[in-house]
This record gives sequence, structure tokens and C-alpha cells, in this order.
Amino acid sequence: MIDLALVLEWVIKSLVVIFMLLGGFAYLTWFERRILARMQTRVGPNRAGWQGLLQPVADAVKLVFKEELIPARADKVIFVLAPILTVVPATVLAVVIPFGTQVILFGRQVNLAVADINVGILFLMAVASVAVYGIVLAGWSSNNKFALMGGMRSTAQMISYELALGLSFVLVALMADSLQLSEIVEAQRTMWFVVLQPVGAIVFLIVTLAEVNRAPFDMPEAEQELAAGFHSEYSGMKFALFFMAEYQKMIVISIIAVTLFFGGYLGPFIGRFPWLGPVYVLGKVVALLFGMVWIRATLPRIRYDRLMDLGWKVLLPLVLGLVLITATGILLADEFGNSLVWSIPVVSILAGFLTVGLVDRSLRRKFNALR
Amino acid sequence: MTAEQIIQQILFFISAALTLGSAVMVVATRKLIQAALWLIVSLFGVAVLYALLDASFLVVVQVVVYIGAIAILFIFAVMLTQRDQRDKGPQLNKSWVLAALVGLATFGGLTFLVSSWTGFGAAAAPIPAGTVDMVADLGTALVSVDQYVLPFEVASVLLLAALIGAIYVAYNRK
Repeated sequence: MIDLALVLEWVIKSLVVIFMLLGGFAYLTWFERRILARMQTRVGPNRAGWQGLLQPVADAVKLVFKEELIPARADKVIFVLAPILTVVPATVLAVVIPFGTQVILFGRQVNLAVADINVGILFLMAVASVAVYGIVLAGWSSNNKFALMGGMRSTAQMISYELALGLSFVLVALMADSLQLSEIVEAQRTMWFVVLQPVGAIVFLIVTLAEVNRAPFDMPEAEQELAAGFHSEYSGMKFALFFMAEYQKMIVISIIAVTLFFGGYLGPFIGRFPWLGPVYVLGKVVALLFGMVWIRATLPRIRYDRLMDLGWKVLLPLVLGLVLITATGILLADEFGNSLVWSIPVVSILAGFLTVGLVDRSLRRKFNALR
Repeated sequence: MTAEQIIQQILFFISAALTLGSAVMVVATRKLIQAALWLIVSLFGVAVLYALLDASFLVVVQVVVYIGAIAILFIFAVMLTQRDQRDKGPQLNKSWVLAALVGLATFGGLTFLVSSWTGFGAAAAPIPAGTVDMVADLGTALVSVDQYVLPFEVASVLLLAALIGAIYVAYNRK
């Protein structure tokens, strides 16, 4: 029998997640602009409200009242559909993530996850692969060659990096012995996976930067070459939706990284006060987001052919090797005692250094050949 | 019939209509890119059918493989070809009557076969919650010797051969 209270609980939890992402998006733009300004010895938005805290509101009002243009020879249905197809996956990704264990709320046991399904990691893969469509279709339907090129670039980039992303999910699934995200977090009670999989965590963070088209992998929207890429022809709220999707993806992908490698909602006293779970997630996510902004302020954009080379020739072989190392390490630990699990971080760090060394050697050779 | 079963029935009919209707649109529409998009809707309907059968692993694999990989390749190919891909020729050829007859006969035969099965029309027994880990069972079934290890390995060797073949064809020997 379907429990009405249960349906109500789902609706409320979904709304909480949606509004959390919306508010997160609004204030992430403010956070990014302020931090970037600090790093570039500027001030940043500080006029609207205290410390510029009302700036996102002002931006939203401006975007709502802007004129919406649809190019004359654009494919209208797809042109309108594309921003929606970009935002929806960015939001849906968040539903499988556990933000805590269980809390008592109005006399009910409430799980702090919207839908903790048993194939959580695979669900993330599935939704991430659907997210490509919005960008491709936006680029195609604009009837603009720069937009089309931006769309093509981003499709190629996202498909290429999806392989390494999926394999780094495999690393975590192997360690946790489960595809369910809550069980993955619980498996990190004794130790965060970043300790056992340091190279895997680094690869995951690099790949996610490419998946959300962030600097230094923001080729699809390289202003200098593509006049903003796939969203050149979009204005007003439709442009805002692309903007929103990008920042929501940043937030969600940071939450996923926290869940998979940095212990999710775990932290001191979590057993006694389950409400601390979301707080820990928020703290860790803000730290990762700060890292993303820091990278954007530091690194120049990587050239497109180098980007593809990095994905296919460096990260994919490296993460395939890591899967082998992890599987062997787990087998050894099962056979000859638990302390052998430490062979995983040791060998994988060696593999990481080997990869960096090989890349360095190949770049040096190219450089010397040019001289 | 409980309320849950009724809702499941309704969902089944909606997703079945969605799958079939968009499959018809794939062949009926004249624009190539819209055909590709209708195909995605149809594949999505199949994913919903898997979800109704509690096959969660198949749902996500359907989305990852068909929608996330194969259909995106279609769209990629369409985008790389010419701009105006309206198909202007007739959409049916002479043998459509024969094709419709064969289709109807196949459908009728399958319906007859399934209706002679004893479980036809019975409600599916619910899977007891928490007793079986279906994903783990599927995983062990794929690698255990007395189950599906041979087809699994043959398929992976086939894919590897396709990969090597693609690299050989694309490799530019300087």
C-alpha cells in the first residue's frame, strides 16, 4: 500500500534538494567572483547588500527582464528544449546522494537521501551521460558555426572523459564492495578512500573538471576562439539556465567527490548528532569548490588536442592500471591479511609518478625537437 | 488489485505507449535529427519498462549504453553531415503490404505463444525486499563457470577485436 506520508516525505525532500541547489548556484556565483577578485587583487561585487550578498538577486532580476532572442533559422523546438535538457540532469544527479544517516523529524524516521538506490554509482554515470545532450543540441540548433563547434568540442570532451570517470567509479565500487552510495560512505567509517586511493581521487577531480567544462578544460566555451561556444545565441533566462546548469553541476560533482573519496557525511560525533551530516557535507563541498575556483584563477586553458591526449593517452591508461592495482590489492588483503591493503596506495602512487614522468619525458622531447 | 498494482499498470501503459508511439515517430518524421531524438524517447521508455520490472541494473545500463553512447553517436553523425536533412521522397515503398502482414503475423504468433504459457495474466510476485542483492547476483552469474562466463568472455573478446580493428583502420602510419 502506498503510504501518503511517504509520498509527502519524498516531495518535501525533492523540493529541499532543488532549492538547495538553486540557492547554492546563486551564492556560488557570488563566492566565485569574490574569491577570483581576491586572487587577482581586485575587490569584486560588494555594492548590492552587505559584502555584495544581494548581487545574485540583482543578476537574476536582470536576466529575467532581458529580451529573449531566437535566431531566425534556428530549430525552434530543439533550441528551447536544449537549456532544459541541460538543467534537469544537473539537478537529478543529486537525488541519490546521502547527506546523513537517519534523523527523527515529526516522529518519523527520515533518511537524509531522496532515493538511496542500490545502483547509485551507475545512476550517476547514466545521468552524467544524458547531460551531454543539452550542450550538443544547443550548439546544433543555434544555426551558428561557432555554437556548433562549441557543441562538438564539448561532446567529444565529455564522451572522452566519461571513460576515465566511469573507471574511477569502479575504483570506489571495488573498495566499498557496493554500488549503493550510503554503503560507500559507511565503508569509509574507518578511513576515507582518499587515503587508500590518492591517485584515484586526483584523477577523479581532474576528470570532473573536464566533465563540467570548468577551467582549465573550458574549451567548449573558449571566448577568444568560439565567441562563447554553444551558448552564443542564447540570451535572457535561457542563457541563465545554461549558467545555472554549469554551477549546479559544479556543486553536485563536488558532493559526489565528497561522498566517494572524502567520507561523505562522516565526521566527529556523527553517531551522536545525525544532524551534523549535512553540515560536514557542506563544509567539505565548500572546500572543494574553493579548490575549483583556485584552479580557475591559476591555470591557463589547455589546448584542445592536448586535452584529448590527456584524456585518452594519460588518464585512461592510468586509471585502468589503478583498477588492476586495486583489484590485486583487495585480493592480496583477502588472502594474506588485512595489512596488505596498504599495497594499493603505495603501488598506485608509484603508478602516478610513473605517469607524470612519462608525460614529462614526452613533453621534453617535443620541446627539444622544436629547438 | 491493490492501489500499487493499479499505479504500476497505469505506468506500464503510459511507458508502453510512449515507447511505441515514439518508435513510430522515428520512421515517420522527415527530419533526421528529430528521428534521432524520438529514438532517444523510445529507448527511455524501454528503460522505464525495466524499472517497472525492478531490474535497476538494466535501467541504468540501458540509459548509459543506448542513450548515453549509441544515440549520442547518431546525433554526432547527423551534426557532421549537411545542414538540411529533410527527406523529400515517399516514405513507403511497394512492399509495405507484405511487410505489414509479416509484422502482424509475428505479433499474433508471439501473442498466441505467450498466452498459452501458464503464467500469462498472473500478477508478478513481489521480490522480497532486502533478501537478495540482485546486482551482486548478476555479477557472480557473469563470472561463475557454470553460468554465463563463456558468453561474457566471448562478448568481451569481440569488443576488444572491434577496438583493435577501429584503431587499425584509423591509424595514420607516418
